[in-house]
Amino acid sequence: MMGGMKAAVVVFPDSNGDCDAKRALEKIGGQGVSGDVSPLSKIDFSGDGVNPLSKIDVRFVWHKESSIEDFDLIVLPGGFTFGDYLRTGAIARYSPVMKEVVRQAKRGAKVLGICNGFQILTEAGLLPGALLRNRDLLFLGRDVWLRVENDATPFTNAYAKGQVIRLPIAHGDGNYFIDDEGYKRLEEEGRIVFRYCSPDGDAPSGIAPNGAKGDIAGIVNEEGNVLGLMPHPERLVEPILGGRDGRGVFESLLNAVCGGLKR
Amino acid sequence: MPFKAKVTVMFRKSILDPQGAAVERALKSHAGGDISFPDISSVRVGKVVELTVDGTSAESVKEKVKVLADRILANPVMEEYTVDVEPLS
Repeated sequence: MMGGMKAAVVVFPDSNGDCDAKRALEKIGGQGVSGDVSPLSKIDFSGDGVNPLSKIDVRFVWHKESSIEDFDLIVLPGGFTFGDYLRTGAIARYSPVMKEVVRQAKRGAKVLGICNGFQILTEAGLLPGALLRNRDLLFLGRDVWLRVENDATPFTNAYAKGQVIRLPIAHGDGNYFIDDEGYKRLEEEGRIVFRYCSPDGDAPSGIAPNGAKGDIAGIVNEEGNVLGLMPHPERLVEPILGGRDGRGVFESLLNAVCGGLKR
Repeated sequence: MPFKAKVTVMFRKSILDPQGAAVERALKSHAGGDISFPDISSVRVGKVVELTVDGTSAESVKEKVKVLADRILANPVMEEYTVDVEPLS
């Protein structure tokens, strides 16, 4: 691998999106970015072998590791770490690896928290707000529509602003909460990246299936290098999974890290 | 000397507690069978964490437990807590 992206997927006890995240990165790395399709692109990577032409080198990192090499991207995958005891993400947030995640986020590495990963990031203070129990107390496992509110981030530059995408959700605690002042700040600073919407892109207030404030599905930190979102882009990256709408997140990261794009 | 500390964690007042609301509806409509309890309101569901701590005084134990509550047992973004300490007999 030359000049590619080095990515880590952190594995906690009860992570369940770790393999999907790794595979999604391998798929997108192996197939290259637009206009750069290698002959190997038809090869289906099991996730074990390293494709020498891959643009993304992905490794699992166990949560007990307290010192890890520098990565361009760290993924905190979905799951139910530590049984969601106490609060979602509250215990994982104190795993040894989190000190490294904070350190690397501070030096500009991209950090992507999906579902439980998002919850861990808010508990760790890398993102503001908190994720409460879904408004109707139901676990929600289904597809939702999202509107890309900001396409100038390292996670969304492959999408267009206002684009409507479909992604699955699978969570019991996705009801994003932040106080009014914090919400105003997120909005003014363009840090609301994804909002729940209707299939045609309308976003009538209150459409979020979980009751999230401002229909927020995903936000970035002040510096723009940490994204947390409840939906699962890694679960919709190839037609056999039912769609490709999630590819954009990983292609954007590749653009940002390897293409020299700042955002 | 061992002390027993009890940390009670509740959602902040400004946070909608859907679980409390669901319990309240059940209390009002079903719990009494034939009898209804329309005079119930403001039901909130929280959690209690009990721990035993070695310390020299109830005050110092309370201070220590408050640090733990701030850092992990409660999330100040959405929750508040109280700490009660008594000697373990």
